[in-house]
This record gives sequence, C-alpha cells and structure tokens, in this order.
Amino acid sequence: MNCRCLASLGALALAVGVAAGLMAPQPMAGQAQTAQPRAAASAPAKPWTGKTPEGVPDLQGYWTNNSYTPLQRDPNMTKEFFTKEELAADEKRRAAQQEEQTTPGTTGDVHYDFTQFSLDRSQTRLTGNLRTSMITDPPNGRLPARVGADAGAAAPAAGGGRGAGGAGGRGAAGAAAPAAAAGGGRGQAAAPAGGARGGGGGNATYDQVQNISIGSRCIWSANTVPIMMPPGYNPAYQIAQGPGVVMILIENQHEVRVIPTDNRPHAPSGVKPWLGDSTGHWEGNTLVVETVNYNPRTLTGTFQGASDQLKVTERFTRIDEDSIRYEFTVDDPKTWVQPWKGEMPFVKINGPIFEHACHEGNYGIANTLNAYRQEEKKAAEAAKAAQPAK
Amino acid sequence: MRSRVWGFAISLIVASACTVMLVEVVLHGQARGAGQTAQPAPAYRAPRTGDGKPNLSGIWQSMNEANWNIEPHSADFPRLLAMGAADAMPPGAGIVEGGTIPYLPAALQKRKENYDKRITREGDPEVKCYLPGVPRAMYQNMPFQIIQGPEFIMMAFQYAGALRTIYMKPTPGPADSWMGWSNGKWEGETLVIDTKDFNGLAWFDRVGNFASDKLHVVERITASGPDHLAYEATIEDPQTFSRPWKISFPLYRRKEANARLLEFKCVEFSEEVVYGHLRKVPLN
Repeated sequence: MNCRCLASLGALALAVGVAAGLMAPQPMAGQAQTAQPRAAASAPAKPWTGKTPEGVPDLQGYWTNNSYTPLQRDPNMTKEFFTKEELAADEKRRAAQQEEQTTPGTTGDVHYDFTQFSLDRSQTRLTGNLRTSMITDPPNGRLPARVGADAGAAAPAAGGGRGAGGAGGRGAAGAAAPAAAAGGGRGQAAAPAGGARGGGGGNATYDQVQNISIGSRCIWSANTVPIMMPPGYNPAYQIAQGPGVVMILIENQHEVRVIPTDNRPHAPSGVKPWLGDSTGHWEGNTLVVETVNYNPRTLTGTFQGASDQLKVTERFTRIDEDSIRYEFTVDDPKTWVQPWKGEMPFVKINGPIFEHACHEGNYGIANTLNAYRQEEKKAAEAAKAAQPAK
Repeated sequence: MRSRVWGFAISLIVASACTVMLVEVVLHGQARGAGQTAQPAPAYRAPRTGDGKPNLSGIWQSMNEANWNIEPHSADFPRLLAMGAADAMPPGAGIVEGGTIPYLPAALQKRKENYDKRITREGDPEVKCYLPGVPRAMYQNMPFQIIQGPEFIMMAFQYAGALRTIYMKPTPGPADSWMGWSNGKWEGETLVIDTKDFNGLAWFDRVGNFASDKLHVVERITASGPDHLAYEATIEDPQTFSRPWKISFPLYRRKEANARLLEFKCVEFSEEVVYGHLRKVPLN
C-alpha cells in the first residue's frame, strides 16, 4: 500500500511510461477469423487532389490517430471490422475502463483524474476506425510467429499495457509484469524497465532516475516511433511541408520527424537514433517513408527484441480533406517469420499545437524520488529509535 | 558597302551593350539609394519556392562562439576543471552590436548570479537539456532545418529536438512557453519574425546572459548567397534592458553530401545534474 501511494506521486509523467512497449508480449489464445470484406472501411468519395506549391500531395494540417484500436486483435474477437454501433459500444467500454483506474477519494484519484488533465483518451477526437486490430496482415490481425519459436508455444502478442492507461505507473504489478517476464532482453543493466516498476520487485526502480522508464523521464514517447501508434494522450500531430521535405511534429514530448523526400540514402548505419533513420519519396499520391538503423534500446524496448535488421515502411496517403490513410509494413527476417502489416487513419483536428515541454516540467520524477528518500529516512530513524538504549 | 554594314552592326552591338550597362547603372543606383534608408536592398536574390517566396529551406548552422558568451570575450577556463582544455571557453568577438548588453542594474546582478550557478541544477538550461529559447536556438553550435511552406515556416533544431513554428498567418499566442510564439511575414527578400510570449526561463548563453518573460525578439533573416543567411535580431525587454539592442551573425548551409538533421536527445545526459541529489546511493 505504501508503495502504491508513493508510486502515485509520480503523477502525470509516469502515465507516459505505460505506453512504452507497443508489442508487449502476452499469451496467445485461439483465434483464426474469417476476413470480412475490406470495403467495409470508409471509401473515399473522390480522390484528394490538393498539392503544395511544389506540386506534391498536400498532407499538411493538424491530425490525430487517437483510438482504442489495439495493435493485435483480441483473441476472442471474431470479426475484422466492427459495425459503427459495435465501435461506439467498444469505445464507451474502454473509456469507462480508463476512468475506473482512479479510486474516488484516494490520493491516487487526485493525481490521476484523467479527465482533468486531458489524459482520458476519449476527450480527443477518436478516429472512428472500424478495424478490430491495426494489424491487417497476417489476416488474423496478430503478430506473426517469431523466428525459432516453437509453433505451439506462446507467441508474442500485444496490447496489455497499451489500453490500460496508467496502471503500470501506479504500481499495479499485474499489468506490467508480463512484459518484463517475456520481454526478451527488454531490460538493461543500466535501465531496467517495465516490470520492476510494478512493485513486485521492491522499490529499486526509484533508487535513481536511470531505473525509471524512458517515457516517464521524458526521453521520448516510445509508441510514437515509426510505426506511429497513438501515444495514449496528447495524440496530436502537425504535418508541415517544404521543398523536398516533410516534417511531422508529434505533440507528445515535442518529437519532430524531419523526412527528406528526395529518396536520399540513409545516414551511415553507425548513427542509430531512437526513432531510427527515415528517408522518403513520393509514389503517386503516397508519401513512402523507410526507416532503419533504430537505436538498440528502441529494438529491445518498443519492438520487444527486434534485430538490427528491422525495417519499417510507412505509407501516408491523403484520402480526403478530413483523413490520411496510414499503412505500415514491419520487416525483420531475423525476428518474425514474415513481414507484418497494419493500417489506421489519421483524422483532422483543430490546431494549433502547443509546446510540450515534458522534461522541463517533469516534477513527477523529482517528487517520486524525493518521497522514497524521505520514506527511507523515516524508516532509518524508526529503526534507530527502536534500538534499546545503551 | 561591306564595311558600312559591319560598322552599323558593330555600332548596334555597342549601343545595346551601352543600354544594358546604363540600365544596370540605373538599377544599382536605385538599389544603393534605397540602401541609405532603413533596409538595404539585398545584393542577392534567393531562388523561389513554388509560391514565389525566397527559398530559405535547408540545414543551417552558426559558426561563432556566441553560445559560450554572446558578448565579446577572451578564452577562459573550462566550466569543469576536470575537462581541461577540451571544455575551455574559446575566444569570441561576440554578436552584440556595440559589444555590451545594456542591462538594468538589478538584471546585471542577476547575470552575475546566473554565472556563479551556471553548471548547477539552478543553472544554464542547456546543462539540463531544457529547450533553448530564442534567439539562443539560432546560434547554438548544432544544425537546424528550415521547412518552409506558405502557411507555416518550421525550424527544427537538432539540440533537444526543439522546434519553432513561424505562423505566416498571424496567430495569437495562447500562453507563455520556452520557445515563445512566433508570427512571420515577408518584407521583400527578408523573413521578419516577431516572437514574444516567452516564459522567461531561457538563457542566451553559457555565462548567464538572460531576459525576462517580457522579452520581445524581432528577427530578420535574408539570404545573402546560395549558402548563407544574414541573421539579425532586435531584442527588447524593458524589465531587463535599458534599451533595445541588436545581434547579428551569418548562418552557413551544411554542405555535406546528404546532410541530415540528426537526433540529439539530451535528457539522459542531463539527469545527474537534475536528479542526482535524489539518488539513494550518491555517486562517488
């Protein structure tokens, strides 16, 4: 209980940490759905023809990919697409789940009133994606088997942490533990991530800042890496274009992707950014972006142990005034037995986007560490007082 | 007859050449005349973007020592003696017009205090990997990229992934921020950017020069050649300075083949400064 209260002092910043690990493994259950006609997704009325002054497709504007759509289809889900009514019900259910994470009248409730701080996902426009998973290939909506994995055994799957809002950061051991247990090299000596935070492993997470998750420390928002998953909150983006370049601002942690569109070669492979190295070109109406050379910690963290062969290809296609179709292909022959693909919409929102100075205002980390030091001091004093007088 | 024809042809050529020269003299004369007023007409005309504006796109970087100290300064000891000559301050001629920032007395005192605590938790925002503010972002010794569209001109900085959005359709700033709120307009060849709504926490350099949240910066950026931008800014803050003052310096295009903005996520590098005092087991 003590642990839980202290963890809650981590406040808003810690909620970010939960989003990390977009492919947190979970046990796979039976599935195999029949694919429904893909035409069930919204079909454009007429093709988008807007161009920039330089004559390339105009993707500019403020966008969101905010949704509850999981990366992988729920094992119990038998359909590729919801009906609109089913989607509305699902969104309502998941929004309620997020609300439930605060217990009225507790300290945690004060710090985790999600709606008060715009952390509740349902407060931003949702994309209305009818898909029951982002993954479209394999057709069962789930990650393909890992190379060398026993076909019948547990295969990695996603999602536990993603939909769960702030659970991990608040010291709920159950939510975070599976990721650490099956993570395959997720933790590092210098920066053990994930499960340690849950409380099961004691308070070592809070011995020093380096043990706390990268999202909580405002190093970056791991889910917004290419592939660009909704970050959970602040799911706002601005796309700006100039001659030969597309820039994508991710509001969450003011992440800026500057993508050259002249198909220039990648930076030398000795340069390994957290976001990988992206280079792009236009194919008709579509911006195609290829990303390689991810930082090893992105591979072990976000991509759950993918290899240095990881290549992500993103395709941005403006469908109409209100939407962009975002498709991705993840290819890593050393990690998965086949490439896997997914798609989701980005839809328009109102701007502007304001400065997200996360690190600069990260009081949560200092307050949490300080609280643990105070607790330790109190405990030491109590132990001293309990000793018999000389 | 033959010679006459040639003579006519030659005189024609000479005459047209003279006309061209005359036209040039007149045009340049006008340009010089205009130069005596507020804004000198630029000698260089930048290539145009698709919508006909001077194209300032590209990856740019300053090449001066202003991030160490924007005022003229001699070489000096490193901030950490353990770093030896590798961190020693390089000498710089400064970028401040007239050489000295016109501080009000109380502000000058604060600058001294800033200097004394510059490498501590209350010190230089750069040490803590905080957003650099304006104008500092423009002369930190790292590249930045201009992404230029008709409605927005974005400046993406390698340092800390900082970003400036220049609104070319004037938009009011919703609140104070590190990088301020920038509205821009074109005056001929020059991009003029008006920035305010600062939070007053940024510094100008590593020795503690600073401004308050009343800071108002007006920048003028003009291409002076295919690979150079002339940058100047007027800095105004009645709470900190006795009068407006100016800085100026050139920006240079990064010319490496396939030059790219790389990633400098510096939060990790700053964490011992910011949180080290809260370690369970202190370092050392």
